[in-house]
Amino acid sequence: MIGQGSFLPVLLWTDALVFLLVAVLCAFAWSCWRNENLRRGWRRVAGNSIGMGSAVVLALFVGIGLLDSLHFRPALEKPGEGGKAAYSVDVLSVLDLLVAPLRERREKTYSAPLAAVSFQKETIERPDGAQVREFPRLRHGGAHLADPADRAADVALRAVAGLLAGVLAAGAFCTLWIAAIARRRRAAFRATLVDIRRGVGDGVNWRALLVTASVLLVLAGPVVVLSAHYHVLGTSKIGQSVLYLSLKSIRTSLVIGTLTTLVLMPFAVLLGIAAGYFKGWVDDLIQYVYTTIESIPSVLLIAAGVLLIQVYMETRPGLFETSAQRADFRLLMLCVILGLANWTGLCRLLRGEALKLRELEYVQAAHAFGVSHWRIIVRHLAPNMLHIVLISAVMGFSGLVLAEAVLSYVGVGVDPSMISFGTMINDARLEMAREPMVWWSLASAFAFMLALVLAANLFADAVRDAFDPRSTVRRAGFRIGPVRGPGRAGERA
Amino acid sequence: MIAYLLRRLLYAIPILIGVNLLTFALFFMVNTPDDMARMQLGVKRVTPEAIEDWKRERGYDRPLFVNASAEGGARFTDTIFFDKSVRLFAFDFGFSDDGRDIGREIRERMGPSLAIALPVFVLGLFAYVCAALLLVFFRQTPLDLAGVIACVVLMSVSAMFYIIGGQYLVSKAWRLAPISGFADGVAMVPFLLLPVVIGVVAGIGSSTRWYRTIFLDEMGREYVRTARAKGLSEMRVLSGHVLRNAMIPILTGVVVVIPSLFLGSLLFESFFGIPGLGSYTIDAINAQDFAVVRAMVFLGSVLYIVGLVLTDLSYAWVDPRVRFA
Repeated sequence: MIGQGSFLPVLLWTDALVFLLVAVLCAFAWSCWRNENLRRGWRRVAGNSIGMGSAVVLALFVGIGLLDSLHFRPALEKPGEGGKAAYSVDVLSVLDLLVAPLRERREKTYSAPLAAVSFQKETIERPDGAQVREFPRLRHGGAHLADPADRAADVALRAVAGLLAGVLAAGAFCTLWIAAIARRRRAAFRATLVDIRRGVGDGVNWRALLVTASVLLVLAGPVVVLSAHYHVLGTSKIGQSVLYLSLKSIRTSLVIGTLTTLVLMPFAVLLGIAAGYFKGWVDDLIQYVYTTIESIPSVLLIAAGVLLIQVYMETRPGLFETSAQRADFRLLMLCVILGLANWTGLCRLLRGEALKLRELEYVQAAHAFGVSHWRIIVRHLAPNMLHIVLISAVMGFSGLVLAEAVLSYVGVGVDPSMISFGTMINDARLEMAREPMVWWSLASAFAFMLALVLAANLFADAVRDAFDPRSTVRRAGFRIGPVRGPGRAGERA
Repeated sequence: MIAYLLRRLLYAIPILIGVNLLTFALFFMVNTPDDMARMQLGVKRVTPEAIEDWKRERGYDRPLFVNASAEGGARFTDTIFFDKSVRLFAFDFGFSDDGRDIGREIRERMGPSLAIALPVFVLGLFAYVCAALLLVFFRQTPLDLAGVIACVVLMSVSAMFYIIGGQYLVSKAWRLAPISGFADGVAMVPFLLLPVVIGVVAGIGSSTRWYRTIFLDEMGREYVRTARAKGLSEMRVLSGHVLRNAMIPILTGVVVVIPSLFLGSLLFESFFGIPGLGSYTIDAINAQDFAVVRAMVFLGSVLYIVGLVLTDLSYAWVDPRVRFA
């Protein structure tokens, strides 16, 4: 267990970038606040019930991901040589601490959701010496039951209690939230409640926020209550709670979806604007570069990149102190490779936009006044392209989350030791072939991924509608390239 | 027209050279053949002699660009660059790291890949366009809304779940089709049914939505109003006018993938055990066979560029206004 207050903070590469991204987003939010156009766009997103609802779901996922990005190494009980504190090689996150029971209560192997007995029969020695083959009791799941036959009643009772707790929590949340709004509007609580229910007021769709948050809280209630005594989503082959695996996968997905965008942004923006603004040989050169990269099927480009990273890491053991750092480096490199393979679509769009904008009168006027190229680009071009960048970043996210799963399955995704939806699905393939079937980890991966990707898709649509009613930006994102799942044609750039 | 085509083809050459140089740099300069050998032979306890042997067997023991020890033209031809990269232009792919002829493998495996990719492509295109036209026909009704919601939900599901779910339902629970495998000739049909159906279903969400957007764009044009004013039925407006005018944006996305159908699909072929180029690529990736991956990268780029040229040709075919400068 964790020693009292003794830990070694660990800043993984992706953690650092995640927090850099948070900083960038804060800066972006601040500039949105000052820019009337952008503020109006966000108001439209906030006023849209689907946009608001999906934003709440995404915020939950992002919260989990951020908690999972604060890493540290707990101190070992015994101090090392020379009285210096020794630290465990396990890199844990704050999320691990919060859900410590989920992580620590491991079974021997598979068990079904909410089960009290193991999935496989084992030979057990009875106290009287006779050997029988039966399903052994689980170490933790339903361990409080005297007789496993009482399980159904116990589960039902706890589920109802959890549901009630969830409803109470939702009620409390809504009350507090409405009270806060009422206070800000200096209106009566009752009047605010009526306003929100009718959807009138400050243009922000509070109703969608409260409904979504309530649904999430009511769903979370039984899960939290039941997981005190059961494995709500079952356990995996090595006895890990599937719920824990699913929660940990969220960070991997989010990191892939966001850091890739962070990596590709400078290439796409700088080169796209330069090509469109300077024209001439700069344009020719940049067009040549991106056509060349585009012409390589992106799965193969990514595969080639990841293979090279693998070679690099294999031939240099001792580069990483812990296996978490190793897996993290591979995750980072995967983001870099995905970014390098995917900047071309946005670059093309921005080039077209820059070509159009540079001919406009105010840019020509700035030119005539002798404003430098750099200033024209920063002051006049870039702000007018911000919405394209924003829309394509938001729209690319869900494609990247889906791509992570496919790439991990193909073997060029995240490190096999890293918990991700892709590795969960990969393991589930063999589990599906078992008799009886182990369906719960696949089902959990499915449910969590669907929730994340669906929320991301709906949010992206809301953002696109709000910032670009003419919707000139196509769903860019990840292009599985010619070697792709037939029929996933919509993922083309 | 021919002059235009020739120019497009000439333009393709520098791109292919670029691809070639890029892959060469990635595979031979960022990571040297020594690294590859060490990787293949196991990182620990590998003797320099073993590495040299491994390199000699595969022809990686020569200099990169200039062979100072050779005479005449061989100074430049007896190098890794010439042997492994320049020869790709003649579609001479050489041998994989386990000693098989890559060119022969590719020729043999194109058939099975095409057998699954082509039906998925054709049936899928038909199904998506029909579904999109249906949604546009019922636009601004609850049916359209339900359709769009269904599309967003369907596109949020990873293709892998469609495959695993389909295999479970159709093959395991209902026992309608074999779960995976392949056979030659007519015997392949039962093996193709499931992957083709799943392939079409997996793409229905995103593609239908995309085509719907294209059609809706066209619906706002003047000619639609004119057609309606002439008294044409909505069906005729859609099928005769909107569909034809939407051909350009549709073709832009569709034609370019046709040559690449040969490459098959990594996911479907590995899940359904189809011995096509997709599963070949996956096997090569898992075995870290760089020669095969390099060959596939080059082949993929060639097919993509062919697709671009075909796209331009198709514009001329559907739209008489397209005049090539």
